[in-house]
Amino acid sequence: MATKVTMEALSPTMEEGRLVKWTKNEGDPVAAGDVLAEVETDKAVMELVARGDGVLRKRLANEGDSSPVGTLLAVIGTADENIDSIVGGAGASAPAAAQTGQAAQAAGGAQATGPANQTVADTKEAAGQSAVPASPAQSQGEASTPPQQKAGGTGASPPAPRSAPPPPPRRPAAPPPQQQKGNGAHPTAQSAGGRQRTSPLARRLASEKGIQLGAIQGSGPGGRIVKRDIENARAAATTGMARSGAAERLAAEGDFKDVPLTQIRKTIARRLAESNGPVPTFFLTAEFDVSRAAEMRTQLAEMGDQYKASFNDIVIKAVALALAEHPEVNAHWLNDKIRQFNRIHVAMAVAVEDGLITPVLFDADRLSLWEISAKARDLAKRARDRKLMPDEYTGSTFSVSNLGMFGIDQFTAIINPPEAAILAVGGVEEKPVVVDGEVVVRKRMRLTMSCDHRVIDGATGAKFLQTLRRLVENPLMLVY
Amino acid sequence: MAVVTYRDALTQALREELQRDDTVFLMGEEVAQYNGAYKVSKGLLDEFGPMRIVDTPITELGFAGVGVGAAMVGLRPIVEFMTWNFALLAIDEVVNAAAKMLYMSGGQYKMPMVFRGPNGAALQLSAQHSQAWESWFAHIPGLKVCTPGTPADAKGLLKSAIRDDNPVVFLEGEMLYNTKGEVPDGEHLVPIGVADLKREGDHCSVITHGKMALVAMRVADDLAKEGINIDVVDLRTVRPIDVEAIARSVQKTNRAVVLEEGWEICGMGSQVVDFIQRECFDDLDAPVLRVHQEDVPMPYAKNLERAAKPDAAKAIAAIKKVMYLD
Amino acid sequence: MSTEAKRPPTQKRAEKGAAGNNGSDAPPANDAAQTTVEQRRELLHSMMLQRRFEERCAEAYALGKIGGFCHLYIGQEAISTGVMSMIRPDDYVITAYRDHGQALARGVTPRSVMAELFGRADGCSGGKGGSMHIFDAKTNFLGGHGIVGGHVPIAAGVGFAIKYRRGNQLCVCFFGEAAVNIGAFHEALNLASLWDLPVIFIIENNRYGMGTAISRSTANEDVIVRAKGYRMDGESVDGQDVFAVRDCMSRAIERARKEKRPTLIEMRTYRFMGHSMSDAVSGTYRTKDELEENMKRDPILLLHNRMFEAGELTEGEMHKMDDEAKAIAQDAWDFADASPEPALDQLYTDVYADTSS
Repeated sequence: MATKVTMEALSPTMEEGRLVKWTKNEGDPVAAGDVLAEVETDKAVMELVARGDGVLRKRLANEGDSSPVGTLLAVIGTADENIDSIVGGAGASAPAAAQTGQAAQAAGGAQATGPANQTVADTKEAAGQSAVPASPAQSQGEASTPPQQKAGGTGASPPAPRSAPPPPPRRPAAPPPQQQKGNGAHPTAQSAGGRQRTSPLARRLASEKGIQLGAIQGSGPGGRIVKRDIENARAAATTGMARSGAAERLAAEGDFKDVPLTQIRKTIARRLAESNGPVPTFFLTAEFDVSRAAEMRTQLAEMGDQYKASFNDIVIKAVALALAEHPEVNAHWLNDKIRQFNRIHVAMAVAVEDGLITPVLFDADRLSLWEISAKARDLAKRARDRKLMPDEYTGSTFSVSNLGMFGIDQFTAIINPPEAAILAVGGVEEKPVVVDGEVVVRKRMRLTMSCDHRVIDGATGAKFLQTLRRLVENPLMLVY
Repeated sequence: MAVVTYRDALTQALREELQRDDTVFLMGEEVAQYNGAYKVSKGLLDEFGPMRIVDTPITELGFAGVGVGAAMVGLRPIVEFMTWNFALLAIDEVVNAAAKMLYMSGGQYKMPMVFRGPNGAALQLSAQHSQAWESWFAHIPGLKVCTPGTPADAKGLLKSAIRDDNPVVFLEGEMLYNTKGEVPDGEHLVPIGVADLKREGDHCSVITHGKMALVAMRVADDLAKEGINIDVVDLRTVRPIDVEAIARSVQKTNRAVVLEEGWEICGMGSQVVDFIQRECFDDLDAPVLRVHQEDVPMPYAKNLERAAKPDAAKAIAAIKKVMYLD
Repeated sequence: MSTEAKRPPTQKRAEKGAAGNNGSDAPPANDAAQTTVEQRRELLHSMMLQRRFEERCAEAYALGKIGGFCHLYIGQEAISTGVMSMIRPDDYVITAYRDHGQALARGVTPRSVMAELFGRADGCSGGKGGSMHIFDAKTNFLGGHGIVGGHVPIAAGVGFAIKYRRGNQLCVCFFGEAAVNIGAFHEALNLASLWDLPVIFIIENNRYGMGTAISRSTANEDVIVRAKGYRMDGESVDGQDVFAVRDCMSRAIERARKEKRPTLIEMRTYRFMGHSMSDAVSGTYRTKDELEENMKRDPILLLHNRMFEAGELTEGEMHKMDDEAKAIAQDAWDFADASPEPALDQLYTDVYADTSS
């Protein structure tokens, strides 16, 4: 069973991609997950991976070509299977896919047996076909496909007018024929025309639940997404797998290191999960002296409104820098591995009218304090106005929650799976402490870190908090 | 409640309506002295006399027309066709006269009559005696078409049909006459045009009518043992069709199989599927499948006939297919 | 059903020379003595009304006011008039699609017939039937049927109902000579005779089924002999002579009411127009000469000539009668023209009756 390689939406906003470089040639064996090509998106150069096993039978795009999302770029199949119907259908609209088995076979047959002596010029005269390719993929298709495969392969119209021989007489009615018999791997829901096959019910449920169909593998015939696929997707989303958009961004960027679980890790994970529910959590509390941070705040405020920073902004900046020194805390638990991220995206919890939302400060370690301050203010406002886009509140590697403004001294926050930890920040209060043997009044702040014990041990968490303390208590270090 | 055969349920209906209204009479081949080819009119001649239980020659077009004329001037005829296969000879009177009379006359002449008889296949009766006729008549505005599958429905619907002021095509079944079921005591009327949920379940809707309703119920009971619970929507009337009952069921289960006795092309099921795709488009998780007779005239040989007919196994396969369990 | 001894049928034929046969004049039937002058005027008036009405129909059809099929009764008026003048209001009449003349003779108002032909809401069938489906329950006019022979078993059914109710009404059933070949005719007559039903079956033999002469359609052109095959009484009469029609009807009526026996009557006639407005009048299946020859036996001419000769009618009175007929036809036209088309919601009414019981 052949696998189609299409231009995928590698970011939520991507509409078109440029194929920079093929990393596999026609005839090369490929396995699912192998990198086939490098594609430049609106954000970065990403890797296009194979989603099926076999041989790379056909490349349909050239290096340097741009194609819209959904364009068929290549076909993977077994060495000897006939892929004419897939290659010929490049750009064909979805109704082709929906025909009965015999009709589709007849159409495929008509194309496959097109006269071999048709010249390139002749192919466009076939009935009902426009001479102008409907999409860039077709012109690429013509350039790269040998002449005998062009018969019927260039049409902008759906196969129905093209299948000139009528479908063979149907056998007596039985349950309708399977259009594509799976050999185990169903093709992805994305097909040549960029159209997923989805039952009307599944489409409606996905829309209601905000689930992206593009990320779902359909289990129905021909890769059709059906109700149970939507139900399973929801279940998966709540059991520790990243939501689809965030998963794409974090995974596709390639900016991480996967640490396989050692035996000791697996044991700890298993035993702790048994004792404490799905996420075995422990809590570390520390009280920081924020007197110097307070002075810094005052000085910044004196310089002008645009330099104002809140304690939370300072904490977030410090957290980001601390995470850079402790990548084992900047991690996700992914069931069979721990993913430590090289980039640092800190989510900040914002209370909104009917709940909580966590907009993300991306690459917080590279943001200056005033950038963090400005972004945090903007995100918080838009969060309260319900104007955040999904990719603004997904994709964090670590979270910070602050209830100090509500008069909370200290609290424990709940980890957002699959993150490994969350930091709960309490309010700033003046209290007497002992310094150098004397009782003095200092500004103090209590922080509690909740840690997923499958990822972070007590010492690891404590060391992170040590680093954090150093940064928060000595805010000059934030610029060091 | 008594347990009664489908045949006896019909006899009860006839007797009760003949007693209730003396403009009602029964006419057909062998209905009187012979007590009915299938014994549905047994004993009625003795009770009601030869003017009300009327034997006819073999003259379907003639006696169907006699029924039409009698109905035009105020009687309520029940015209029996020995089987509906023979009604083809009379179809001009059923369709061009009875169905259209009220409309053509601008509302002046109504047709309070019933055409009844056994419909569909029995056992090895061969090509000319085995056809299911519902879609021919369900096509015609002006007619009502009833297809009861159980004794209770047969009695209740026949009584309603006799009391209806419109021409009703009443399709029974030779294979149904001996089946038994509970029939409520006392006056029992089933409204024309209302389906009945014979079994309930969330996993799949099976929409059916006539003798296939019995197959569907058996299938439901078998599948329940596997943990698959299906709705059996027994239409009971195929014109008008209870679209709401169909929609309610498919909106709940998200998938449907239509089980019918007739052939595929332009069969009753194709209309049911049309209603489903229109009313339940966003509720469908799978295409609607139909189970029906193979597209051949009914053969005589026992094995071929069995292969031609729709049955429980074919229905179960279709149900599993729409549930993606295959 | 009945176990009485079966009476052998009688067959009476009026003398040869009636319309369509070898042309020699026969002495007129005797019924003239059994009618009053006034009744004879009414007969003439009825025939003239039908004639003028049908002529206006032809005009209306040519103007597009009448659509579809339109079968004119011109030339056959003696049959409708003679028959209807003999039966009671509580008797029943059923006919085929050449029904305008019969409807008017029966007493269906010219206005409601013309409005029906024009397809208007005030038509007797609400504009939903048209020319072939004139129905009028008030006068027990049971239509107006489009399938050749399809209504003949219905007539038997009406007879059945009369008998069921032990009434002494009867049902008159008209059809053309080509209908005697269709199965429904055969089945209905067998049943009517077998069950002793009070039905008078009238063959309006105008010699042509559309474009097919009876010699090309009917193995035995002597259609009345079929009555014998059903053990039924049969008569053949000159259908252009209104008194001959009345005469044979008197016997058939008595037979129906008193003995509950059906009768088959052949009334030999001729239509002066084509089968319908869409069909050739002559030139293809019949010659113009033949047409003109037969038009000499115009039933209206025959009657008013007799009345002239008997001194019962003057030219002036005849013209006055004619003017009245024309005026009524004009009035019908005007009424129909002014009547609105049926409201669109009438599309959906009367498909089903609301059940009362």
